[in-house]
Amino acid sequence: MDFYLTALIQGLCFAGIAFGIYISMKIFNIPDITTDGSYALGGVVTGAMLTHNQPGYLIFPAVILAGALAGALTGFIHTKLKINALLAGILVMTALYSINLTILGRSNVPLLSMPNLFTLINLTTNVNQNSLFILAAFVVGITLIIGYLLKTDFGIAMRATGNSEQMIRALGVNTDRMKIIGLAIANALTALSGYLIAQQQGFADISMGIGIVIVGLGSVIIAETIINWRQITSVWLSLILVLAGAIIFQFVLAFTLSIGVDANLLKLVTAVFVLLIVGLPRLASRKA
Amino acid sequence: MIEIKGITQTFNTGKTNQVTAIDNVSLNIEQDEFVVIVGANGSGKTTLLNLIAGNLSPNKGTIVIEGNDVTRLPEYSRSKWIARIFQNPLSGTAGDLSIIDNFRLAAIRTKPKGLFIGKDAAFSKLVKEQIATLNMGLEDKIEQPIGTLSGGQRQALTLLMSVMDECKILLLDEPTAALDPKSAANVMGIANNLIKEYKLTAILVTHNLKDAVNYGSRVIQMGEGAVLKDIIGPEKQQLKQSELFDWFG
Repeated sequence: MDFYLTALIQGLCFAGIAFGIYISMKIFNIPDITTDGSYALGGVVTGAMLTHNQPGYLIFPAVILAGALAGALTGFIHTKLKINALLAGILVMTALYSINLTILGRSNVPLLSMPNLFTLINLTTNVNQNSLFILAAFVVGITLIIGYLLKTDFGIAMRATGNSEQMIRALGVNTDRMKIIGLAIANALTALSGYLIAQQQGFADISMGIGIVIVGLGSVIIAETIINWRQITSVWLSLILVLAGAIIFQFVLAFTLSIGVDANLLKLVTAVFVLLIVGLPRLASRKA
Repeated sequence: MIEIKGITQTFNTGKTNQVTAIDNVSLNIEQDEFVVIVGANGSGKTTLLNLIAGNLSPNKGTIVIEGNDVTRLPEYSRSKWIARIFQNPLSGTAGDLSIIDNFRLAAIRTKPKGLFIGKDAAFSKLVKEQIATLNMGLEDKIEQPIGTLSGGQRQALTLLMSVMDECKILLLDEPTAALDPKSAANVMGIANNLIKEYKLTAILVTHNLKDAVNYGSRVIQMGEGAVLKDIIGPEKQQLKQSELFDWFG
């Protein structure tokens, strides 16, 4: 049972990355690969600041700011230098690898003995349950903020930017600026996942971000499958589904490990699982 | 209202396929004027419209709107004067967004898009009342994605959206080209009514010579990037469709 509790906790930690990918991919229609770098950036900023005994109220905004800067940089390269979004993301991700190593000082820093977000409040003596409560409150807060943002005039303009650029420019929106802000928000959220995972797992590692984009993509695709199937238009429901997608994704991985699949094959299983959720609805609709 | 002085727009400058789409055009459009622009494909009509709207910046010349030099202003900054209707009904609306979301954005065309929720009950009521004037039965579907509507319905809503916020200039780029004849007539009727009701300065680019005769207070024929004919006032009102046909002979 503890096994699935850990998966639930991981899923909640990955909510940030799932929301981030939802914003970049679904709302802005931009395939953003900065994710791998900004996720690790969130982790290493957390690790470096914790080892330097910085207080938690500084670490959190620092992580958000670092992620936002990385995203804004990708956005800037994409919109102002007119470089393909995919390439812009890869460039920033590659550069971040060196930056992350510089910030952390070495490739891996253990954080187990340090006080962190999860030791902030002790509601129960069970460490995992305590983490779950804190995370749940954290994720509910993030979901409410994003949900509210998407309902505002600014949020509607954001959604229109990814949907009909010509229209929204004619309605007075600087779409370049909007994309830069959007990618900044997306990567700030991604960095937040790195921040949570580093504290939850008790270490920061510069390679923690490798291939992590698939976690976000998988979560969003699970959500999208349900959104398209039920023709959901509500912003709130979509966000809850993305969150559920992140948790389901971790459950599938936990289940895979629990039935004895070699952990080395986990990335392969992940890729096949995402392929299945993307592919099956298409095959099914072709038959119908 | 709009003063265009000696503008030239060249595409692919210096390459073998260089085209001068607009060649030293000067034009004055007065307030409340409804200008219809006709001309063959490649005559520069749409380029002229894009230059006024700001998607393109001319190589030479200036564009002044209400005394403000807007020549180098990007499209999103000119939206405080200009509303646009595109040829493709999909371009003027965001299909995945609901009707009311589209109207909300249109209602703040000239204003900043802030971090508060402007889509309240009062706004819904206003949008419903506005949409009801179209008699299309869409007022009960405002939460529906606008992409589920037909091209004619979307084009009619786009027209209505343009007057949701203060609008001085309405640019219509072949707004009915993608519509069936009945929807086209309906959309042109709505456009004409709105232009009169809100006293808009309007520019319509069209291939439909019947519309060019029936609507507008001034008709301009373009060819090879220049103004060939410019007919205004009583002369425009007396213009017959057959005469227009002869222009293209």
